Amino acid sequence: MIPVSYYLGLSAVLFALGILGVLLRRNPLVLFMSLELMFNAGNLAFVTFARMYGDLAGQLVVFFVMTVAAAEVAVGLALIVAIFRSKHTIDLDEVNSLKG
Amino acid sequence: MLFQEVSQAAPYVSLVPWVVFLPVAGLLINLLIGKRLGEAGAGIIASLASGGAFVVAALLAVSLAGSPEPKSVPFLDWITVGTLNINWAFRVDTLSVTMMLLVAGVGTLIHIYAIGYMHQDTRHNGDPGRFTRFFVYLNLFIASMMILVSADNYLMLFVGWEGVGLCSYLLIGFWFEKGKAGTANAKAAKKAFVVNRVGDFGLLIALFLLFWWFGTFQFDGVFSQVGEVPQAVVMAITLFMLLGVAGKSAQIPLYVWLPDAMAGPTPVSALIHAATMVTAGVYLVARSNQLYAAAPAAQSAVMWVGALTALLAGLIALGQFDIKRVLAFSTISQLGFMVAAVGMGAYVAGMFHLTTHAFFKALLFLSAGSVILGMERGQELAYGGHGSNDHGSVKESHKDGVEGTAHGGPAGHDDFDPQDMRNMGGLRKRMPVTFWVYLIGALALAGIAPLSGFFSKDEILAAALETNAAVLVILILAAFLTAFYMGRQIFMVFFGPTRTRAAGLTGENNPVITVPLIILAVLSFFGGALNLPGMHTMGSWLEHTIAGALETEFMPTLAIAALVVALVGLFLAWMIYGRRPASRPAAADPLYARMTSGFNVLTNQFGIDQAYNTIFIGGYRVLANFLAHPVDQGLIDGAVNGLARLQSAIAQLLRQLQNGFVRSYALILVIGVVAILSYLIFIPR
Repeated sequence: MIPVSYYLGLSAVLFALGILGVLLRRNPLVLFMSLELMFNAGNLAFVTFARMYGDLAGQLVVFFVMTVAAAEVAVGLALIVAIFRSKHTIDLDEVNSLKG
Repeated sequence: MLFQEVSQAAPYVSLVPWVVFLPVAGLLINLLIGKRLGEAGAGIIASLASGGAFVVAALLAVSLAGSPEPKSVPFLDWITVGTLNINWAFRVDTLSVTMMLLVAGVGTLIHIYAIGYMHQDTRHNGDPGRFTRFFVYLNLFIASMMILVSADNYLMLFVGWEGVGLCSYLLIGFWFEKGKAGTANAKAAKKAFVVNRVGDFGLLIALFLLFWWFGTFQFDGVFSQVGEVPQAVVMAITLFMLLGVAGKSAQIPLYVWLPDAMAGPTPVSALIHAATMVTAGVYLVARSNQLYAAAPAAQSAVMWVGALTALLAGLIALGQFDIKRVLAFSTISQLGFMVAAVGMGAYVAGMFHLTTHAFFKALLFLSAGSVILGMERGQELAYGGHGSNDHGSVKESHKDGVEGTAHGGPAGHDDFDPQDMRNMGGLRKRMPVTFWVYLIGALALAGIAPLSGFFSKDEILAAALETNAAVLVILILAAFLTAFYMGRQIFMVFFGPTRTRAAGLTGENNPVITVPLIILAVLSFFGGALNLPGMHTMGSWLEHTIAGALETEFMPTLAIAALVVALVGLFLAWMIYGRRPASRPAAADPLYARMTSGFNVLTNQFGIDQAYNTIFIGGYRVLANFLAHPVDQGLIDGAVNGLARLQSAIAQLLRQLQNGFVRSYALILVIGVVAILSYLIFIPR
């Protein structure tokens, strides 16, 4: 069988790539895609541990994560639309009026 | 002393609080409704208050004549802390009653004189509204001085001591915006207060030592324990007290305030700086005679301070041209005589000279004031005066019809000094009453028989003969100088040609001014009767309070020798000043021709005042500048400002975190999460 550590390694790599995407991209849509990547990395880790310890609770958490992700993306997209309406750009570096 | 005992034995003794409270009542009335009473009213209330105090003192003297033991009248409990119990109690004994009679008697005469003097003075200086304030301060002074002399313990004495110092300040600076450069009077008042403070520091240390070693401030309590305290402590107490005496009674090294104090109105100089306040130091030593008897070294220190001061002040008086300044240095010199006397243990001689000196020195100052008033009037008539806008009242007070409206002429000779003796001359004919009383005062001061000064000075010299020959020589020299400078003053002011137009236009003053002068002249003439050799009235009177005062026999040879010395002094003064008097104010003093630069040294007061200025005031200024600029502005402000700048720099540093970029915020979040996780994973529990 494929050793469990491979799954966990993949999950870690996916998570790291997601973080890099969140930190480095200026387009909010791409940022949300990276965020989804991080969620899925987490999901993969949960499912792997569920299979490893024979506890189905891990798979239940995945359902929660997916629901929350969906809701959050909905709110996020609404925010992007609102920002575009006021600033006519969605470049994240332009959203800096809280600079102090 | 129990209250019942007191009131049975001597019925008037319980009246003693009134010597303090009658002047207090007078000052309160003047303070509240003085302006409405008008000048006559305010003056009369003040004089009545002072006169009332005199009547009470006289009643006390009568009671004491019947039963002369010291009595104590308790008044109120002041401080009660642990074992320390300080009351305000009045002490009625022969010494304090002598002082009370003197202060109230001479004080009342000066109050009456001041009514006339201030009436003219406020108009000459252009501010009649100040009249009432003057009498409030005078009554406050009498009240404080009474507290001082009637105190039953050292702390109450100190309360009175400070009170008279305060009144001295208030009265010297009475014309606080006048004087050279507009501040000279205020500066003189400040100088008096500060120099007195140095003396008070000494007295306070003595009081602290008294409390620490004797446990009480009460006179009886202290004197009964003198034998049980180590001699070194008593020596320290008496030496510190000497510092206080030097401050209040203007001895070396703290006499410098008294000549400058002449900036005050003349009644102030007469009352405070001739007759009463400056004698508080002599009174203190006389009261503490048992302490000084236990520390003979301190007592001889007192004697030497007095003798040297008498000589130094006598020398300086020779070179002064201001009529009041000569009298000021004369006062310092005579105080030196008194202090030397009590330093020799001759307390009766000291108190006798204190009394006679009060008479003739007050007389001299008041007469000098009369001369000054005449000169100021002459100044107004001759030069149009300065600042006087009520010429009507100048005419009212004329006695011998010197006509005149103020000339509208040149804008006044503002540098004309009505107090400078070189501007006077020939006033004998123009102010006859003043001349005769001044002559009597001067002769009494010089020690010419049979006036009062002769007897009192002679007793001091007799005591010196028995104690220390060197001191005797110094005192005789000082007596010679006294006669000489008084003769100089008489000849410069009253004889010779009138040197200025103003002097030619003076006239005699009205009775409100001249009658007190005449009364004081009578007292100066016959005051010797208080303690004639052979009868020793005052001696036996004071015996009840000061046991073991140095008794001296009357020595005719010494008396005649002193008389001859005084006459020689007067004769020399006539030779130099009387025979060929100067005819122009700008002419050099005849003594200058004989002494040249030596005379200038005397006029400059041996440079002592300037030395004090450079050393103490200058040194203090250097220290103050140092502390103000490098220390205060540099160190302290620097520290506080530096803290603020540090805070600002830190804030500037932290501000860079808040740059508005969401991505950098997210980065910090990620860093934080990584840090925490690595801590949790890699640090073993």
